Amino acid sequence: MSQNFAPKIVTANHLVEGDVIYLTENGDWSRNHSDAEFITDEARAAIRLGFAEAQQERVVGAYLADAKLGPNGPAPIHFREDFRSRGPSNYQHGKQSEQTNV
Amino acid sequence: MYKYNDFDEAFVRSRNAQFRLQVERRVDGSLTEDEFKPLRLMNGLYLQLHAYMLRVAIPYGTLDSAKMRQLAYLADRWDKGYGHFTTRQNIQYNWPKLSDVPDMLDALADVEMHAIQTSGNTIRNVTADHFAGASADEIEDPRPIAELLRQWSTDHPEFQFLPRKFKIAVSGSPTDRAVTRAHDIGLRMVRNEAGEPGFEVIVGGGLGRTPMVGKVLREFLPKADLLPYCEAIVSVYNLLGRRDNKYKARIKITVHENGLDKIRELVDARFTQIRPEFSGVDQEHLAEIERHFAAPEFVSGPTAQYQTARDTNPAFRSWSDTNLSAHKNPDYAIVTISIKAHGQTPGDATSDQMRVMADLAEQYGHNELRISHEQNVILPHVHKKDLPAIYASLKEVGLATANIGLISDIIACPGMDYCALATARSIPVAQQIATRFDELKLEHDIGELKIKISGCINACGHHHVGHIGILGLDRAGVENYQITLGGDGTENAAIGERAGPGFAYDEIVPAIERLVLGYLDMRLDAEEPFLQTYKRLGAGPFKAVLYPEAIKKNAA
Repeated sequence: MSQNFAPKIVTANHLVEGDVIYLTENGDWSRNHSDAEFITDEARAAIRLGFAEAQQERVVGAYLADAKLGPNGPAPIHFREDFRSRGPSNYQHGKQSEQTNV
Repeated sequence: MYKYNDFDEAFVRSRNAQFRLQVERRVDGSLTEDEFKPLRLMNGLYLQLHAYMLRVAIPYGTLDSAKMRQLAYLADRWDKGYGHFTTRQNIQYNWPKLSDVPDMLDALADVEMHAIQTSGNTIRNVTADHFAGASADEIEDPRPIAELLRQWSTDHPEFQFLPRKFKIAVSGSPTDRAVTRAHDIGLRMVRNEAGEPGFEVIVGGGLGRTPMVGKVLREFLPKADLLPYCEAIVSVYNLLGRRDNKYKARIKITVHENGLDKIRELVDARFTQIRPEFSGVDQEHLAEIERHFAAPEFVSGPTAQYQTARDTNPAFRSWSDTNLSAHKNPDYAIVTISIKAHGQTPGDATSDQMRVMADLAEQYGHNELRISHEQNVILPHVHKKDLPAIYASLKEVGLATANIGLISDIIACPGMDYCALATARSIPVAQQIATRFDELKLEHDIGELKIKISGCINACGHHHVGHIGILGLDRAGVENYQITLGGDGTENAAIGERAGPGFAYDEIVPAIERLVLGYLDMRLDAEEPFLQTYKRLGAGPFKAVLYPEAIKKNAA
C-alpha cells in the first residue's frame, strides 16, 4: 500500500440507464456505493480503472473517486460523490428511492 | 405559431432516424462513447450526475396547447412526471433512459418540436422576449425574425463546428426582457430617425467565467440586412475565435481581444461580400413566416368581472398586481404563471400543471403559451374578463403564486442536484430563500428584487445580472456561496459586483436575510426598489450588513 495514496473507488454511469454505478471487487457493477471495491493501492487503482474503461458497451465515463471506509463499506468523501450516491436534494428521486442491484 | 412545412418535417424526421441508429450502434458497441458523445450532444442529450438529461428547444419560448400537452406526455411516459424550464427557453427532462430517447424525439416531432442544437458548439436555441406579440411597448413581434434565424442556423454547414457555443436573443421592444446584452448576438428592435423599425445589434455579451456586457456593433440595422449581417458576424467569429483554449473561445473574448472596431471592420467587409448573395429569397421566406405569426383575433367585451374580482377577492388582487403585464390591447392582459411556488424548485412543472396550463391557453388564451428565461410560463393573450376564472384554475394546481418580479421569483440553475458541471447546489438555496421570506411575510413589502443563483462559474442561473446574485462554488470540498450585488439584465445591463468572502451553505440564507432587511432600513421609501437603493448608496452599506463581524474587527 502506498502511504500517500488516498483510497479510491471506481465509479461510472450505466450506459443505457445513466444511473451511477460502482465497480465491485468481483468485477461486477453495483448501484450502491457501499458495494464498491475499496482500493488502497495506486497500481491497483489504475488496473481497475482500465478494466472499467474497457467496458464501453456497459458503462460511461469511468473515473476514480476518493472514498473512506464507513460502517457499511466504502463511503464518499466529497459532497459531489455523496449526492451521486443518493440522488438530488429537491425530490426523493434516484438512488434514495430505488436501492436495487444492476 | 409557425407550422412546419414539408422540408422542416422531413429534416427533423431524418435527423431522428439517424439518431435512432446512432443509439443502436452505441448500445451494441459499434460506437465508442468518444464517437457517440458529439452525436448525442447535437441532439440535446447530456449525461448528468444521476442520469441522462434531454434538453428540448422551445424556439423563442413559444408553445401552443398541443405542444405543452406533449411535453407533459413525455414527462409521464419517459421521465418522472415533471420537466424543468430553463433560463434559455428550453425544457429539460432529468431522467430519460438512453434507449428511450429516440422515441421521445419522435414524440416531439409529432408536435413539431426537437432537441437539435440545444448543445454543442453550434448556434443554440434562438430566444426572444417572452411577451412577444403581446406587450404594449413592442415595436414589432420579434418571433418571425427568431424563426428565420432558427431555420438559417439549423444544420448551417458553415457553423456546425464553431469555436464554442453561440447564443442569439431577439427583442421586439426597446424594453429588454430577453437579456440581449448577455448574448453572443443580441438583437433589440429600435426605430431610426425616419421611424422605420430595425435592430440594434449587440455582440460579445455573455456571463460565465468572464462576464461581459455586450457591445453595440451597429446602432441601426435595417431588417432586410439582418440575416446576412448575422451570418457575417458568425463567419468572422468562426475564423477569428480561439480554439486553443475553451475558456477563451466565446465571441465575447474574441471581441475583447481584437477590439470592437476591428470586429466591426471585419464584419462589414464580410457583410459587403456576402450581402449580394442574399438575393431576397430570405425576405420572401420571412414574409411567409410572418403570416404564421399574425396576431390572434382579439375579442372585445366588458371587463367588469375583472374589476369586481379585484374588489372582492384580496388574493386575486394581490396576484393580479404582480402577475399581470400591460397588453397592447387594453381589454387584454399578459398573465405570467409563476413556476416558483414558495419552497418548490424554480422552473419545475408537473405534467398535471402543464396540462392545466395547456387547457387554460386553449380555453382563454388564443391557444398560446410562452416560456420565459426567468423560468415562468406566460399566457400572452388573455381577455380581462377571464382572469378570475384563470386564477381559480391555477390555484387548484399550485400555480397561483403572486410573486412575479419579487424576491421568491428566483432564477436557479439545476446546480449540483443534477448538473455534472456544477460545483455546488442551487435549488435548495432558492427553495430556502423563498420559504424564509414567505414566512417573514415581507415579500410584497420588499417589492421588485431579482435573485439569481448559479451552481457554478458557467452562470446558467444568470447570477451576474441578478440584483442579488449567488454563485455556488466548491471551496476545499465544501459548498461555498459568493454574493454579487447590483447586476441588471435589462437594457441597462450591468454585471454585479462581488460583495466579499463567500458564505457556507448554512450561512447563505441568513446572509441574504440580513442584506434584504438592511435594504428595507436604507431605502428612501417603499417606492425605491433594491437596485435603485444600491445604485444610490453604492456597495458600502450593503457590505456592512453582510459582514458585521468585519466591521467590528476594523473598528477594534
